Amino acid sequence: MIQRRTLDFWVGLFVMAGIAALMFLSLKVGNLDTYGIADSYVIKGNFDNIGGLKIRAPVKSSGVVVGRVADIQFSTSTYDAIVTMNIDSRYQFPRDTFASILTAGLLGEQYIGLAAGGDEAMLKEGDTIMKTNSAMVLEEMIGRFLFDKASEDNDF
Amino acid sequence: MFKHLAASIRGVGHRTTEGIWQLGHATRFFLLVLLKSGTSFRRFGLVIRELYYVGVLSLIIIVVSGLFVGMVLGLQGYETLQKYGSESAVGTLVALSLVRELGPVVAALLFASRAGSAITAEIGLMKATEQLAAMGMMAVDPVARVVAPRFWAGVISMPFLAAIFSVMGVFGGYLVTVTFIGVDAGSFWSQMQSNVDFRIDILNGFIKSCFFGVAVTAIAVFEGYDSPPTAEGVSGATTRTVVTSSLVILGLDFILTAFMFRGI
Repeated sequence: MIQRRTLDFWVGLFVMAGIAALMFLSLKVGNLDTYGIADSYVIKGNFDNIGGLKIRAPVKSSGVVVGRVADIQFSTSTYDAIVTMNIDSRYQFPRDTFASILTAGLLGEQYIGLAAGGDEAMLKEGDTIMKTNSAMVLEEMIGRFLFDKASEDNDF
Repeated sequence: MFKHLAASIRGVGHRTTEGIWQLGHATRFFLLVLLKSGTSFRRFGLVIRELYYVGVLSLIIIVVSGLFVGMVLGLQGYETLQKYGSESAVGTLVALSLVRELGPVVAALLFASRAGSAITAEIGLMKATEQLAAMGMMAVDPVARVVAPRFWAGVISMPFLAAIFSVMGVFGGYLVTVTFIGVDAGSFWSQMQSNVDFRIDILNGFIKSCFFGVAVTAIAVFEGYDSPPTAEGVSGATTRTVVTSSLVILGLDFILTAFMFRGI
């Protein structure tokens, strides 16, 4: 018969290990702690085509994650996609920052890349990025390539 | 000729009613255990003692299997993903498959064969040696004193065991792909973190393991309490516990997955 004290010790250790495992899963694997960046500001961008961009996709500048996509909506007034981004307030970007939708690797996830411009004024909460570049859509790219090829051939 | 036909039809009918009767018997027993669980919480020491036998002693098999499942997932995932040049997604693959499916399911299967069979054998043997009847004679309710603490210990320890299994699996995957093969540690974690959602993946996996815990221990205590009081009967009940629990876990997993990830 096992002693009550040792029993309590092992069960306590077991329960603590279980809770620690759950904490590890939610914080480290599920990344709950950076779910909403604590201090952030919201900017928007209008894109003609967002491709496969998803909510919570990263916003990167020079490869560093500076924010996340908060919301994606379709505008019926301009017929394009409005992407709302939460940007960490440690990072300020000039007004003429260029936003483009890029792909990580050939089959990787899509993210928004920000390339800073030269304007003195900075983007503020709720501002809209003026210069955007849509996602590459493979079919359009191939289509354009074929079209160019055809017009080249006609020159002869 | 006609007699044979009638006999076979009667056989089918007999087996059907027997099955339904058994199912009803199990449900009534399950409700009885819930009804008499008060003692387990008033005297929580009883549950703690069972937590040791059910949970702590299952840790070794859970930790070691989790580690190896994660390592195999890492190796296999890397082999396939590197063909498409996206070996950095191996973290996502390992974490998602563990947290969503393998963690709860494999941990529950191991739990059924490690702890469920032990519960059945113990209760069945107590019944065969008339210890349960003796308790009844002393006005100690065997369901409240013996069955309910084991049931609650199983229900409590199953989610913890599943979580520990998943964490060990992620660690095993990390060990193989990052330490041995040389995948970038940063992209291993960041890809995992950006693709694993707390609510959709982790919380649903946790809910799954809770369901499995209830199912496995309910089957184990029922089979033990219901076993014929002979050596043969106890061995048969132990086998039935493992077989029925495994089938129920896999079936329940499909149903839960359909509800959780398809949003029916």
